[in-house]
Amino acid sequence: MKETPLSNCERRFLLRAIEEKKRLDGRQTYDYRNIKISFGTDYGCCIVELGKTRVLGQVSCELVSPKLNRATEGILFFNLELSQMAAPAFEPGRQSDLLVKLNRLLERCLRNSKCIDTESLCVVAGEKVWQIRVDLHLLNHDGNIIDAASIAAIVALCHFRRPDVSVQGDEVTLYTLEERDPVPLSIHHMPICVSFAFFQQGTYLLVDPSEREERVMDGLLVIAMNKHREICTIQSSGGIMLLKDQVLRCSKIAGVKVMEITELIQKALENDQKVRKEGGKFGFAESMANQRITAFKMEKAPIDTSDVEEKAEEIISEAEPPSEVVSQPVLWTPGTAQIGEGIENSWGHLEDSEKEDEDEGGSDEAVILDGVKMDPGVEVSNIGSQARRALSVGFPRQGYCSGLPFPLSGNAPIVLSDSEEEEMIILEPDKNPKKIRTQTISATQVKAASKRPVKKRKKKRAAN
Amino acid sequence: MAEAAGVPAESPAGCRARAARTVLDQVVLPGEELLLPEQEDGEGPGGAGERPLRLNAAARSRGRVVCGPGLRRCGDRLLVTKCGRLRHKEPGSGSGGGVYWVDSQQKRYVPVKGDHVIGIVTAKSGDIFKVDVGGSEPASLSYLAFEGATKRNRPNVQVGDLIYGQFVVANKDMEPEMVCIDSCGRANGMGVIGQDGLLFKVTLGLIRKLLAPDCEILQEVGKLYPLEIVFGMNGRIWVKAKTIQQTLILANILEACEHMTTDQRKQIFSRLAES
Repeated sequence: MKETPLSNCERRFLLRAIEEKKRLDGRQTYDYRNIKISFGTDYGCCIVELGKTRVLGQVSCELVSPKLNRATEGILFFNLELSQMAAPAFEPGRQSDLLVKLNRLLERCLRNSKCIDTESLCVVAGEKVWQIRVDLHLLNHDGNIIDAASIAAIVALCHFRRPDVSVQGDEVTLYTLEERDPVPLSIHHMPICVSFAFFQQGTYLLVDPSEREERVMDGLLVIAMNKHREICTIQSSGGIMLLKDQVLRCSKIAGVKVMEITELIQKALENDQKVRKEGGKFGFAESMANQRITAFKMEKAPIDTSDVEEKAEEIISEAEPPSEVVSQPVLWTPGTAQIGEGIENSWGHLEDSEKEDEDEGGSDEAVILDGVKMDPGVEVSNIGSQARRALSVGFPRQGYCSGLPFPLSGNAPIVLSDSEEEEMIILEPDKNPKKIRTQTISATQVKAASKRPVKKRKKKRAAN
Repeated sequence: MAEAAGVPAESPAGCRARAARTVLDQVVLPGEELLLPEQEDGEGPGGAGERPLRLNAAARSRGRVVCGPGLRRCGDRLLVTKCGRLRHKEPGSGSGGGVYWVDSQQKRYVPVKGDHVIGIVTAKSGDIFKVDVGGSEPASLSYLAFEGATKRNRPNVQVGDLIYGQFVVANKDMEPEMVCIDSCGRANGMGVIGQDGLLFKVTLGLIRKLLAPDCEILQEVGKLYPLEIVFGMNGRIWVKAKTIQQTLILANILEACEHMTTDQRKQIFSRLAES
């Protein structure tokens, strides 16, 4: 089928929203969507979900004769397929451009970076080597295929186990799975692709574009990095002109994102290994919650706002009284007078930390965040929209600790969420009732009030 | 009649046909056969022997039963072709036997004559526009099918514009045709949809729910912000509010309404109304 055309009004709306720094699903500029990794029963099989984009990865191996000019190295083979169920526009004959581009990028990312030690795949030099084949299938297309595919590839490779082989003189013994435990591949590092979409000739940038954002973007920059901050591949398509500092900034952001994603992958792999060792149930069927009937269900974290008013009154009663207002104008020099206190701007602190998107949080935000995570039962007082926005600034949330509706068994998918989706169903930062503001009179009181819950959290942590 | 209420009758195919009355609001699967009320009497196991004779043959309502989407006539029974819940609507003024249909859920739209849809203009060729409506083929829309359009006075329609119109021809053998005027020649709300605003796609079932008379969701949304909204039966909704933020909130609410219970929805609306 032909792709649904993008109407002018959608395009205009999307571009205007991006200029106002708003995305359709409520994420911030540098936020990734939820990443879920689940493993199948076989080694080397995994499904990665990046928001609604799903990629299935499967690794298999075979003993073959090596290439003539590389007699001591194993063979790697990567293949990404765009399944017809991913989008109506994907038809067997029709997807060649996109397919070639994605395959080429994946190959450069995984093969040229030498993340897998091919020398260790050699069994008998010149005669028998392992051929490792990675097959990726795109199951649903909601934007940013390349990131999801690279995560799926590296996770599948890390999860895979090949049969054990022993060589004694001329004799080569290949052990079956029952005789000896299979052996993992030797992987040096984990390269992960991070995509940046540019709009309006490079003026605006978004990380992890969704499908509609991809339709209106001018160009795409893909940086593949590993957690040691080594760039494995970098590719810019779309013909946009990028400045040097833009590319450097993107690489810094990519470094941060790759660290978070690598942590998530490690955790998922460890969990799966633990479950397998303990003999628990694993596989795709186990990783789906029982209550799901259709695909879409938003998880919400319970927020108890029952005694917000009492807390607010407490805070106000304990706050410092407002300082004396100087009503007489003070004349400094002819032409210069001062009315008021002239103290420095106390609101600037919160706004600055909000604007530095790469700043992983001053102590204030970190404290608020931990307070939310450790005690899900503790009420989150309505500090106001600014603090809320600060929560989602480039800081990973370990969503699996707090208030999920079902208990996580060992192999449950780990959810990493950067955005505010987990705590709110509707994604607007301003909608929490600002009860504190309505009862205060001056700016200093509000500032004192908003500082108070931070200090309270600190005390609670010390007590914990 | 009581004896027909719970007793299935055997059909030649071997599967049991149930009375449509007993299955109302329950899930039916494709392939099931349903008996209409007038047929139950003749096929009850008791037969004529046990039933009291009716002196007034005209007492039976032999009105015409309309067979709606998801059902098909098969002999003298109704055959279910889609899975979903069986619904019935009583006849309004006593004529006919009411309407039976199946409430099913799908995302892919199939053009139906008389449906009002939102389309995207993909091409202008000569006298007609090609409009994508989400079906298997683009619909054709003549430039004269707008209010006040003549050969000299052409409507201002560009490629990529949104059009709200209705189908005049929509069957499986021909390419669908749509127009932006009603039978009297008036626009009646149809035509080119304005420049700003956001278009998004939802399932067909949600659209039908939102377009039902007395839809609570729509009334609550209307109380939140002033907005303009257009629903297309092909699953497309166009919404416009004063600011981009409000438009995004509305789009997200409407998409999420699909999976929320009434209580959750009321909670969210009250939270939004407070802020």
